[in-house]
Amino acid sequence: MRIGVITFPGSLDDRDAARAVRLAGAEPVSLWHADRDLRGVAAVILPGGFSYGDYLRCGAIARFAPVMSELVLAARAGLPVLGICNGFQILCEAHLLPGALTRNAGLRFVTRDLRLRVENTQTAWTGAYSGGEEIVVPLKSGEGAYAADPGTLAELEASGRIVIRYADANPNGSADGIAGVCNAEGNVVGLMPHPEHAVDPLTGPSADGLRFFTSVVAGVPR
Amino acid sequence: MTRPDTVARAAATPLVPQPFAELGLSAAEYQTITGTLDRRPTGTELALYSVMWSEHCSYKSSKVHLRQFAEQAPASAALLAGIGHNAGVVDIGQGYAVTFKIESHNHPSYVEPHQGAATGVGGIVRDILAMGARPVAVMDALRFGPASAPDTGRVLPGVVSGISFYGNCLGLPNIGGELDFDACYAGNPLVNALCVGVMRHGDLQVATASGPGNQVILFGSATGPDGVGGASVLASAAFGGAAASGESAKRPSVQVGDPFLEKLLVECCLELFAGGLVVGIQDLGAAGVACATTELAAAGTGGMRIRLDAVPLRDPSLGPPEIVMSESQERMMAVVEPGRVDEFLAVCARWDVRAAVIGEVTDTGRLVMTWHGQTVVDIPPGSAADGPVYHRPLARPAAQDTLAADDPLALPRPVGGSALRADLLALIGSPGLADKSWVTDQYDRYVRGDTVLAMPEDGGLVRVDEATGLGIALATDGNSRYCRLDPYRGTQLVLSEAYRNVAATGARPLAVTNCLNFGSPEDPAVMWQFAEAVRGLADGCAALGVPVTGGNVSFYNQTGTAAIHPTPVIGVLGVHDDVRRRLSIGFGVPDAPLVLLGRTEAELGGSAWAHVRHGHLGGRPPVPDLAAEQRLAGLLAAAAAAGLLSAAHDLSDGGLAVALVESCLRGGTGCRVRLPGDTFTALFSESAARAVVAVRPGAESAFAELGVAHGVPGETIGRTGGDDLVVEGWFMIPLTELSAVHAAALPALFG
Repeated sequence: MRIGVITFPGSLDDRDAARAVRLAGAEPVSLWHADRDLRGVAAVILPGGFSYGDYLRCGAIARFAPVMSELVLAARAGLPVLGICNGFQILCEAHLLPGALTRNAGLRFVTRDLRLRVENTQTAWTGAYSGGEEIVVPLKSGEGAYAADPGTLAELEASGRIVIRYADANPNGSADGIAGVCNAEGNVVGLMPHPEHAVDPLTGPSADGLRFFTSVVAGVPR
Repeated sequence: MTRPDTVARAAATPLVPQPFAELGLSAAEYQTITGTLDRRPTGTELALYSVMWSEHCSYKSSKVHLRQFAEQAPASAALLAGIGHNAGVVDIGQGYAVTFKIESHNHPSYVEPHQGAATGVGGIVRDILAMGARPVAVMDALRFGPASAPDTGRVLPGVVSGISFYGNCLGLPNIGGELDFDACYAGNPLVNALCVGVMRHGDLQVATASGPGNQVILFGSATGPDGVGGASVLASAAFGGAAASGESAKRPSVQVGDPFLEKLLVECCLELFAGGLVVGIQDLGAAGVACATTELAAAGTGGMRIRLDAVPLRDPSLGPPEIVMSESQERMMAVVEPGRVDEFLAVCARWDVRAAVIGEVTDTGRLVMTWHGQTVVDIPPGSAADGPVYHRPLARPAAQDTLAADDPLALPRPVGGSALRADLLALIGSPGLADKSWVTDQYDRYVRGDTVLAMPEDGGLVRVDEATGLGIALATDGNSRYCRLDPYRGTQLVLSEAYRNVAATGARPLAVTNCLNFGSPEDPAVMWQFAEAVRGLADGCAALGVPVTGGNVSFYNQTGTAAIHPTPVIGVLGVHDDVRRRLSIGFGVPDAPLVLLGRTEAELGGSAWAHVRHGHLGGRPPVPDLAAEQRLAGLLAAAAAAGLLSAAHDLSDGGLAVALVESCLRGGTGCRVRLPGDTFTALFSESAARAVVAVRPGAESAFAELGVAHGVPGETIGRTGGDDLVVEGWFMIPLTELSAVHAAALPALFG
């Protein structure tokens, strides 16, 4: 299985996402922001980083990259897409996911290993987890506070589209402790914590994040 | 367009008065320039010489001492490129080479903490990049005034946010460093940044402009008025005077960083190197175009012709003197064969990096710069690049004896279990020894996915090869109290600690870098401290068999006439043959025997205990024992490779007491120990060449035999386990209490 990893100017965790794909048994394919081409991949990851320096609103410039117009069409047609951190921000800016990511409540960048609860195992990226399972994955972001209007939050809750929640203290002021959400179809998932940094206990706090990638490889039915 | 002072005009008007003193040049230095050129310098030449001959760029006061690093360097098969390059290069095996360097950004970080610290990271990263390496990690050694001082509340959060902003956005993991506080840094914090990069052996790039006709390309950021005169003004005596008297005219000269552009520049350069498009390359740091052109030309075929009007400007009002002095960040200069310029520019375009051909290499032996056709610079580049050499007077201050006579053994000591317990809690709750998460949580340590160990471990450990497990360990250390008491011995202790920290991860120490932070070289007492520190480091490196591969000197760290304590910060690089066998400080495995390695004497001079409990600094620092450090490092590497240990932690500030607390908290497992001899000494002495290790249950006799074979004395002092730190017969402290005290200090101070 070939899984694309997009590199925008300022993407940083593209290499880590590619490694996670490899460890999950798939072939990572590098996708370039300026190419209007998804190279026939079966799924796409938008990695973490600071696209365009995050000098404007995070993700606000990257969403206009040529590759994004193809991605939006493919995602609407059901292609599995995972946005991690800056990738999540880009998916929100591109309106593939609802809500927005705002400045952390403490106004400081936060790097911390956190316990997360997997709330929805019906998505393309979380099928390998069991419902309510708690995992340990690092968070590292300055603008990770999830925000949405009350109606959207209620709808996300009611339709089970809150995929990941912070299990302990809320690290950044996210609404309802939301760490990740999905679209109505469950093929597009975005989250602020970094599962690609938790694929090997040697270099991460756990290997708990690996199953995001094995989930999509296994094609666990939604 | 401004009408520049041309070479022709300079020759015709020899008597025009010039502001050499305002630019930081002495009358004698001005005379030397006039003699070299056989005329007065043009305004642009004067600007160029003033930045190149500043202490920061020329090392004019330190050079005569720094020679010892090369002269006494131990024979090392690992050294591929030594002192004199942008950074030294070390062979770590399997075809990989590593380059690393630490540099100061002290003065800018005091003036504007956020940008000062941010651009400190950016500058050192470009140094590493210019060697041909991919930067893979950064570290920071930070020193501030008293933690409770109002100005520390301004400087520290700004410095940390600057490092966080720049390093995180650039995508380099921050794997460790230091944080300390002392009244001597109140008006002069120290911000030292280290970067390490990795390359294949054949990838080494050179900073030379060779091949007449080759094109000179400036790429990266456009040039603005940032830091004009920064190198000469900030790193000069004038800084202290101006700051002290409240003049702020020189303050706006701090540069502003753009980490996003630096990230693009890194990827762009690596693609240029991979394509073989670069003949020579130099980063632009202090002294900007002046430094890059003179150094490239001086190291190459000897000549270069530059069109200053071709330099892309962010501020069109800039004239030639400002352009050569500008310290705008995120710029590099490359020498490229004419036939490959188009390919070069195409790579830059792919990364959205601006690039401009601004000149060419010549064989004239002259560095010539023009401005719209008129010649504004015409000098022999070596005269600017080499700079003056000073043998500054040095004198051991008489107060040194008074200080040494003030023995901490006379201080009142805690009597009984509850007093010992209270002292231990006071130490781990003091700002210098408290949990550093408030700082380190603002740094990304995960990016690139190769970080095996990061703070609060003894050293940072980065995987280099996923298949073989080859990796590199790094630690930085400084201890200004030891160095104030005895700069020679203190510097060897600092070197010993960094070396020991690297060894405690299971790595073999290979090479040394240094950032020497001192007061004014014009003060003979400071110069004595400097000379002693350099001598101590050179002797220490020779004894340990690890060469100095490069470094940086920062003088004029003082407020008025009060210099900081001498603060050499030493970085040690080691190689780890298999990072999967790394050692953590954390006691994670219960029921593991704890062995204290090394010998403990009653050594409290400059100790954390004397500092925290009595505000005392006197006596002599501990005696360094470099041979014992070598034996200890050998034992730790062998034991790690054989898988005999579950944890290892070097003993330094706060002695065994603080080490046990850190290991318990890191691994979430308590321990129970019975201490030999005087309990106070056993807990708080800072004797060198010691470590505490947790032996894997079942490996006790194998480890004991290995210890004997390596000649390292060891004593079993207890076992890991439980939820308390228990010192039998004296006191116990629950881990929850230790954790609360350790974690509370910095948030209470900084929010």
